[in-house]
Amino acid sequence: MKRNDAAFHGRRRFLQRAALSVATLGLAGCDRLSRNDQVVKTLGLAERLNLRVQRFLAGERGLAPKYPPSMIDATFRPNGSTDPQAPRYRQLAAGQFRDWRLEIGGLVDAPLSLSLAELQAMPARTQITRHDCVEGWSAIGQWRGPLLTDLLERAGVQAEARYVVFHCMDQLGGEDYYYESLDLSEARHPQTILAYSLNDAPLPIANGAPLRLRAERQLGYKMAKYLSAITLVGDFDDIAGGNGGYWEDRGYTWYAGI
Amino acid sequence: MRGFPEWITLPSYQSLAMGRLWHFFFAWLFAGAGALFVVYALFSDHLKRDLWLPASQWRGLGRDVLDHLRLRFHANRGGYNGLQKLSYLGVLFVALPVMILTGLCMSPTFNAAAPWLLDLFGGRQSARSIHFIVAGSLILFLIVHLVMVLLSGPFRQVRDMLTGGRRDVT
Repeated sequence: MKRNDAAFHGRRRFLQRAALSVATLGLAGCDRLSRNDQVVKTLGLAERLNLRVQRFLAGERGLAPKYPPSMIDATFRPNGSTDPQAPRYRQLAAGQFRDWRLEIGGLVDAPLSLSLAELQAMPARTQITRHDCVEGWSAIGQWRGPLLTDLLERAGVQAEARYVVFHCMDQLGGEDYYYESLDLSEARHPQTILAYSLNDAPLPIANGAPLRLRAERQLGYKMAKYLSAITLVGDFDDIAGGNGGYWEDRGYTWYAGI
Repeated sequence: MRGFPEWITLPSYQSLAMGRLWHFFFAWLFAGAGALFVVYALFSDHLKRDLWLPASQWRGLGRDVLDHLRLRFHANRGGYNGLQKLSYLGVLFVALPVMILTGLCMSPTFNAAAPWLLDLFGGRQSARSIHFIVAGSLILFLIVHLVMVLLSGPFRQVRDMLTGGRRDVT
């Protein structure tokens, strides 16, 4: 403690300031890069690599892990919209979704309009899977519902169709309705179902009643809740922000397998 | 609410979407560079010559630990000391591969590709904890590494890093 002379203090102050400015410059630099379109586009190249490599490794049909009933979470954590307030939704919910219908259209040979009862009468798949949120948490639940591929088969997907777009009845944080999309490969995956039941009970409102998407090899934000319509499209250009999903329009990657 | 102060996150403002873009882009660079290094280390003499401990160093490890605890560093010109080699081996062949594997373990599509990885790390959430803990350990390693460089003749150390050192002098 003999070194408390002015020079030492001056030097220490200088070093502190230097370190701080370097840190601040670095920060400002990275933030500016994060706001530069070209940089964001370059960083985004990893998304396409992720999609290609992961599809190759998992295969088109590789199954997401299944879990025993003992591992089901007592409460399946809801996220995003948990109680949609749109008048149309309130009205349908008040009637136990008896008047609700799922419309399947776009690039299909025979558009479909199905009631909940009609969907429940279809051959169904039951699966206990883990839901992975992009925020990091996971939850395990048992889902039941028809395979999306069966519905696509019934509607007859046209050759120009490349994506399946899911339209929802909830507005998340404002005016925009939630929506999501899968490519045909993921849509036809043997675990991709439209679930009307969670843990042997009708799908709760918090988890997307009356019908939600389960795409088990994707992150949670892909799995649109409160479905009202499904359209087959060639591209996303004319849909909302044009990026294929509510969160995709807000900077998240379209490929949500990682 | 922020988990980390803004001077340590990328970007500094809260954006999970942008953070993920940076993360996965550099994850590929990291995995690519790491793979090249491993191939080089195995097929050149690097691993055997510079990193693997000869019998004498294995035996001297106890004394090495004691010396380090007493902050008595004898940077030998001939190469790395035993403890140093062990920590490099641990970082290169344990910690860094564990980072990649636990990272992949959090990906639902990768889980479909390699379900055994989930069993190896005890599920997605424990993989996530390990990912964070090992990342923290690597930062700690970096800090200790830099401090040791400063304590053991920084000029000579950096010169040797750039030129490969003067092996013949020993």
